[in-house]
Amino acid sequence: MNRTVLDLWVGFFVAIGMAALLFLALKVGNLSSSNFSETYVLQAKFDNIGGLKVRGPVKSAGVVVGRVANIQFDSSTYEAVVTMNVDTRYRFPKDTFASILTSGLLGEQYIGLDVGGDERMLKAGDTIAKTQSAVVLEKLISQFLYNKATEGPEKK
Amino acid sequence: MDSLRNLLVGLGSRVTDRIWRLGFAARFFAAILGYSAQTFLRPQLLLREIWFSGVLSLIIILVSGLFVGLVLGLQGYETLQRYGSSEALGILVALSLVRELGPVVAGLLFASRAGSAVTAEIGLMKATEQLKAMDMMAVNPLARVVAPRFWGGVISMPLLAALFSMMGVFGGYLIGVVFIGVDEGAFWSQMQASVDFREDVLNGVIKSFVFGVAVSLIAVFEGYDSVPTAEGVSRAITRTVVTSALAILALDFVLTSFMFRSL
Amino acid sequence: MPADCLVKIRDLNFSYDNRPILNGINMDFPRGKVVAIMGGSGCGKTTLLRLIGGQLRPTGGSVEVNGQAVHRMGHAELYAMRRRMGMLFQFGALFTDISVFDNVAFQIREHTDLPEELVRDLVMMKLNAVGLRGAHKLMPNELSGGMARRVALARAIALDPMLMMYDEPFTGLDPLSLGVIGQLIRKLNDALGATSIMVTHDIQESMLIVDYIYFMSEGRVVAEGTPDELRATKDPFVHQFLYAEADGPVPFHYPAGDFSADLLRSNARG
Repeated sequence: MNRTVLDLWVGFFVAIGMAALLFLALKVGNLSSSNFSETYVLQAKFDNIGGLKVRGPVKSAGVVVGRVANIQFDSSTYEAVVTMNVDTRYRFPKDTFASILTSGLLGEQYIGLDVGGDERMLKAGDTIAKTQSAVVLEKLISQFLYNKATEGPEKK
Repeated sequence: MDSLRNLLVGLGSRVTDRIWRLGFAARFFAAILGYSAQTFLRPQLLLREIWFSGVLSLIIILVSGLFVGLVLGLQGYETLQRYGSSEALGILVALSLVRELGPVVAGLLFASRAGSAVTAEIGLMKATEQLKAMDMMAVNPLARVVAPRFWGGVISMPLLAALFSMMGVFGGYLIGVVFIGVDEGAFWSQMQASVDFREDVLNGVIKSFVFGVAVSLIAVFEGYDSVPTAEGVSRAITRTVVTSALAILALDFVLTSFMFRSL
Repeated sequence: MPADCLVKIRDLNFSYDNRPILNGINMDFPRGKVVAIMGGSGCGKTTLLRLIGGQLRPTGGSVEVNGQAVHRMGHAELYAMRRRMGMLFQFGALFTDISVFDNVAFQIREHTDLPEELVRDLVMMKLNAVGLRGAHKLMPNELSGGMARRVALARAIALDPMLMMYDEPFTGLDPLSLGVIGQLIRKLNDALGATSIMVTHDIQESMLIVDYIYFMSEGRVVAEGTPDELRATKDPFVHQFLYAEADGPVPFHYPAGDFSADLLRSNARG
């Protein structure tokens, strides 16, 4: 085996191997779109977070603006404390409304930020005051059935 | 009474044999790591081994990756379209390849293509006294022969696994988008939305690296420890393939349970 | 025996897993001489070579090379010592994945930083000495048995060793190549000013080229002397070996029980 031919092949192999890794990182994975270079931290408290997971998306107007960094249970207020990393490019007013939504009927859950009209902006480490918890399907259904049951006999 | 005693002796000697071999393998591994500096100081040796275990495995890895992707595309579409979510084909293909199939199948192919070849090479060098001759020439075979082959495998394996996954995704794309007509935008965007770089891609690369270490170590060890006869070498090759396959699947279970355990 | 000995072996014992291979061996190898160690297969000759080369450690006794105790050397010392030893293995043990030229150049490249032109000159010199300069581009699998042995010889002398060891250099060679190798061993030894130890069971060829012979049997030295002394000896063992008689002090049969009893037993079973 000629030495230069061997070097050429190995160089070719390593190059396409690296290209494949890059392809997986950029085209298949979300390295290009979602790894925000600089983020700031926001917090929000919810009565119920439903099926929200760490690294779940934070969206505003449907655009991913951040990711859930941490979820904890606050034992003094019995609430869930969600920490989010939000891209520094996006600023939100003080009275922004955070709610836990579901993509599609059975899809993954995410935090939606609805922008208010306040002129002061949220700073790093601030807590979003207004939140709405996740809609838990079972509760919704049982409530619906209960209502049906209670109003049922009256109609007769 | 005597046969019982023989049975116990036989059992005991097999167990101590295994343990002794395991200990020997561990010392062998430590020795390879100790001689690794010399390997990286002589890149020409390393290049030859990357060529031997990487470049020569390219064809089988690329072709198998493509076919696995094609099959994933067909089967995945078949199942997903029943639930009206054929756009999720991209997610299915990419996640199964990047997390599991890429590292595992590429590892199995790598063990049977490159691992067996390395075992055969070292085993034959031992059987024909080449290793002894080298030792008598004051050149350490562990540093000159074994360590470069080990590192050649360790470097090649993650690249091969990445190539396998890439070809697989391409195969899924070919079936899903080109032949069946799943929407191209949805295929890629859904894939990107749910495949996470750190969680999925990076963990897959870590897996393939660990498999590379395991297979390369098994291959060089079986070769070095083989009985120096034609039969001994052929048995060593078989053991390399079998042990590698078991090691890959067992390690895959362990790694998966650590990596993808959601909170 | 002259006082100036390159290799001295005293009361050497060696055993594998409690199975004794060598028992109280005493040998001297004077500088500049070619000494043969002879004996039937499996009498521990090759083991002796590996003890001198430091690839095995004796269970008792001492091996001294050039005044240094091989059996007490550390790894680095041993490798420093082996750079001055050359060994020809039974079937050559050429590196099959590199060419004849690279085989001979192997040690030079590994142990020196000589420029490539100089390496080339040295390799060609060594190959010329064994008459195979024209074959430098061939791969080992393209060589005949005799040629491979000569290339291995060129490789062994690449660094001009002070001690050459030959492990069965004549095995599997046709009479012509056999004579060539024999002459080469003698000529190279005298040209290099080296000392040679040759393990062999080829009596006729070695009688022509060696200065001194040790006969071994079952891990012991049973006879020794110059070729002329041995030819004249009445020692039954040497006689049997020299004239290749089937039975004698070295029995034809591997130790076994009574043959007729064996036959009766197998009949009874059948």
